[in-house]
Amino acid sequence: MLAQVIFYAVAALTVGSAAIVAFSRNIVYSTFALLGAFMGAVGIYILLAADFVAMVQLLVYVGGILVLTIFAVMLTAGIADVKVSNRAVGSVPAMVVAGGAGAVMLYAVVRTQWHQAAAVTPAPTTYAIGNAFLGDYVLPFEVASLVLLAALIGAIVISRHEVRE
Amino acid sequence: MGGGITLNHFLVLSLIIFSLGLFTVLTRRNAIGILTGIELILNSANINYLAFAFYGGGQYDGQIFAIFVIMLAAAEAVIGLAVVLAIYQNFKTIDVDATETLRG
Repeated sequence: MLAQVIFYAVAALTVGSAAIVAFSRNIVYSTFALLGAFMGAVGIYILLAADFVAMVQLLVYVGGILVLTIFAVMLTAGIADVKVSNRAVGSVPAMVVAGGAGAVMLYAVVRTQWHQAAAVTPAPTTYAIGNAFLGDYVLPFEVASLVLLAALIGAIVISRHEVRE
Repeated sequence: MGGGITLNHFLVLSLIIFSLGLFTVLTRRNAIGILTGIELILNSANINYLAFAFYGGGQYDGQIFAIFVIMLAAAEAVIGLAVVLAIYQNFKTIDVDATETLRG
């Protein structure tokens, strides 16, 4: 019963914030509503016994990506002047496409007999994930660090002002 | 998880967030708005990974994939916002319809 209440509260927070992100006419509200969507996702990860992933989400998404996005919003003056709606795809066709994709996935989710293992009891996951990163997943882990380094250098090169003599 | 919360609950929640993210990406003319829609879609994918990991017997592979998705989302946001700021410096707007000089 308690799990149900917590699940529906967290789900309402996530879906409501995501709806504000999708439908708000003001890009500033839309960006700040991302905070609720990310925090709701943190709650869902904790419900799914993924404590380490929840903390990574909190640090990287809320502490990094969200702050970066708000910085970008504040640094681009006149951002509120950009019209919300897209000229190529209107609001109604977009709703049809997004709703159609959602309906197809809902059909697939409801019709499929998912294999369900016995329920696991939540336990700390950090130790096992750390071992997996330096064991089975060491190659993707090292490649990920290269990707991050490339993204760091690329961001500096793209966004700096070029000074021509 | 007790209390009658099943795998389908999480999958339906994730597909609602995915649909909202897809709607955001399709309707926005604002480049930063498009990026926020992509973040929503990546979050819904992560919820699916963790739900399948939890209800599939508690293996850690799904959680590790979710961490890789978060890492790639961070790299994507950094590069995307750098591109948006560079576009703003050149065009003085981030309306994606105004930046169509490459259109043939």
